[in-house]
Amino acid sequence: MSVHTLTAARLPFADLAVPVAPSGPWQESAWLLVAVPLVSAAVLLLAGRRSDRWGHWLGVAASAASFVIGALILVSLLQAPVGERVVEVDLFDWISAGQLTLAAGLRLDPLSLTFVMLVTFVGSLIHVYSVAYMDADVDRRRFFAYLNLFVAAMLLLVLADSFVLLFMGWEGVGLASYLLIGFWNHRTEYAVAAKKAFIANRVGDLGLLIAMMAMFATVGALDFTSVFGAVSSMDTSTATIIGLALLLAACGKSAQFPLQSWLGDAMAGPTPVSALIHAATMVTAGVYLVVRSAPIYEAAPDAQLAVVVVGAITLLFGAIVGCAKDDIKKALAASTMSQIGYMMLAAGLGPVGYAFAIFHLVTHGFFKAGMFLGAGSVMHGMNDQVDMRRFGGLARYMKITWVTFGLGWLAIIGVPPFSGFFSKDKIIEAAFMPVAGAEWRAWLFGSVVLIGAGLTAFYMSRLFFMTFHGEKRWTTAAEGAEQHPHESPRLMTWPMVVLAVGSVALGGLLSIGGVFTTWLEPVVGHTEHADPVLPIPVIMASTLVLVLLGAFLAWRQYAASTVPEVAPAGSALTRAARRDLYQDEVNDAVLVGPGAYLTRSLVYGDRQVVDGAVVGVAHVTVGIAERVRKLQNGYVRSYAATMLAGAVVLLVVVLVTRI
Amino acid sequence: MSLTNYLVLSTLLFTIGTMAVLLRRNGIIVFMGVELMLNATNLALVTFSRMHGNLDGQVFAFFVMVVAAAEVVIGLAIIVAIFRTRRSASVDDVNLLRN
Repeated sequence: MSVHTLTAARLPFADLAVPVAPSGPWQESAWLLVAVPLVSAAVLLLAGRRSDRWGHWLGVAASAASFVIGALILVSLLQAPVGERVVEVDLFDWISAGQLTLAAGLRLDPLSLTFVMLVTFVGSLIHVYSVAYMDADVDRRRFFAYLNLFVAAMLLLVLADSFVLLFMGWEGVGLASYLLIGFWNHRTEYAVAAKKAFIANRVGDLGLLIAMMAMFATVGALDFTSVFGAVSSMDTSTATIIGLALLLAACGKSAQFPLQSWLGDAMAGPTPVSALIHAATMVTAGVYLVVRSAPIYEAAPDAQLAVVVVGAITLLFGAIVGCAKDDIKKALAASTMSQIGYMMLAAGLGPVGYAFAIFHLVTHGFFKAGMFLGAGSVMHGMNDQVDMRRFGGLARYMKITWVTFGLGWLAIIGVPPFSGFFSKDKIIEAAFMPVAGAEWRAWLFGSVVLIGAGLTAFYMSRLFFMTFHGEKRWTTAAEGAEQHPHESPRLMTWPMVVLAVGSVALGGLLSIGGVFTTWLEPVVGHTEHADPVLPIPVIMASTLVLVLLGAFLAWRQYAASTVPEVAPAGSALTRAARRDLYQDEVNDAVLVGPGAYLTRSLVYGDRQVVDGAVVGVAHVTVGIAERVRKLQNGYVRSYAATMLAGAVVLLVVVLVTRI
Repeated sequence: MSLTNYLVLSTLLFTIGTMAVLLRRNGIIVFMGVELMLNATNLALVTFSRMHGNLDGQVFAFFVMVVAAAEVVIGLAIIVAIFRTRRSASVDDVNLLRN
């Protein structure tokens, strides 16, 4: 009994809400959330060109329908008492083989519902935006089919009640991401970018597979309830292995160090894809996985520390890369990487951070999607130009884009009272929380997130000023295309406006009385308030000072003075950052090169040894046949003579043996 | 008359037939050689039947006759077909299965 009490005290999850059965028509039909966009994707893909005229609106309707169903379920969950907010919806017996029996089911709880709302709401807005953005593309219907497929897979990922079903969604979003990055796959480099993303994700998936195998070996089950229930009896090393394997999976999907190199290239996809998949939703699946597996990480402090370290490295890494990129989408991609680094770091901090990781994820989903859509709008008005050195002064020509992007910018750099301020400030505070027995951690990770905040302010302000302010540096007719920037159509600006409103208000609204953290408590547990190593006002003040400093430096360099149209040579660090801190080169040297060498040696071995043996046998057979076939001279009489000789020989043998 | 004479005759006929098959080029003659061999065998079978005092050999001879009749039909048809395409009944001209 005393042992049990000790475990319960160590794990704040021991008193988590017990899953209850679904109640009400909407909770019972939660499967529609996944089914509606999936069916829509199937219809769009199977109907082919016939659905070209109305296909995009079907896609929008499917996504919106999922949003409405999600909202109804959310309302029903909010009406339920706090203790009954974890609902498990059994669907059917899925796998039944030997010891493994697995029921496919959905888990409706505050965490999954938060994701459902984020994915379907932002997703629907981006669907609407895409109707106009992809207007000129002959394959718009296919694009919407893939978007719907993505929404279905992402919802399956967050709603799954077992790691296996989660894995199905996990692979589904990977597939959708691959299809959408390579949507314009007639350009070789885009197809290569899609493949790179797919392969980097496969490396991560290996981690998820290992984690599932380890869970099945120790627990004998793969559904969340059984696995998390068995964590208290699991030894620390097993929990650490599972935690590290899950971290590998999260790194692949969320573009965290060392598997982050695919995200920059993934910008090859159409901009709405970058907004939806590679900023707001799919890349945050890794954070979801870590937060969902919180009980495992609570039992494995080493794995938790690894999560924090990965998050810290990635947030600085992304921020440094973001400072040097001139491609507007790649700069935003680096920023995404960095912001997800924040979320990872928060998720690794344990119960003090889980809720804030998800909170930042939600606000980030809004302002980053908004900014990506803004970047798409700029590209739309500037003949698909992406080089920020050839933008400048666009504020006067694209007012709505300028304002909505500006609000997103203020939100991401964390200016009060915009969304990012509330979420990021909480993460910074959480990073400064003292960890018993390791005082250095609070100081180290606290200063990393502070520096990160300053860098974020610098690179986002740089991006904003280079694009919308300063002098016009547009390409002229002599350089290929004269630019006539114009505001985008309403179907594109309205989603941006809605997301901008979210960027302004969401953070504040969800922070009133800690409503969001309380909402997530049934999943991530309740934490008593503790004091960080520095007083909170000091942390807030130093964050703001760093943010203002970063923004001011960017303003001085990119708005107040002339920006060169061709990138200057720059320092060694700038050059490294432009090339993603040589991550591709490192990957090539460490993995791709030896891998290719190994493959070549295996091919050589195969050709020489295996093929050699097979070909050798064939040669011997041919050699014998060459000699024997001389007997086949085609003359009936010689065959008859042979038969006669044979008969005589037989006769002689029979007679000789008789005598 | 000793039954051995019949066997000697049978052997002679069989040998003549064999030689006709092996040495002659004309398909018809080769065919006649085959028939001769079959009938030599029949003679031997009937003789053995007589020697052993039962009807087994005679039954065998009937079977051989039936098979020979069928074989004649097929064989002559083949020879006619070959003659039509090659304008020759020589078995040495028909060596497409060489090598």
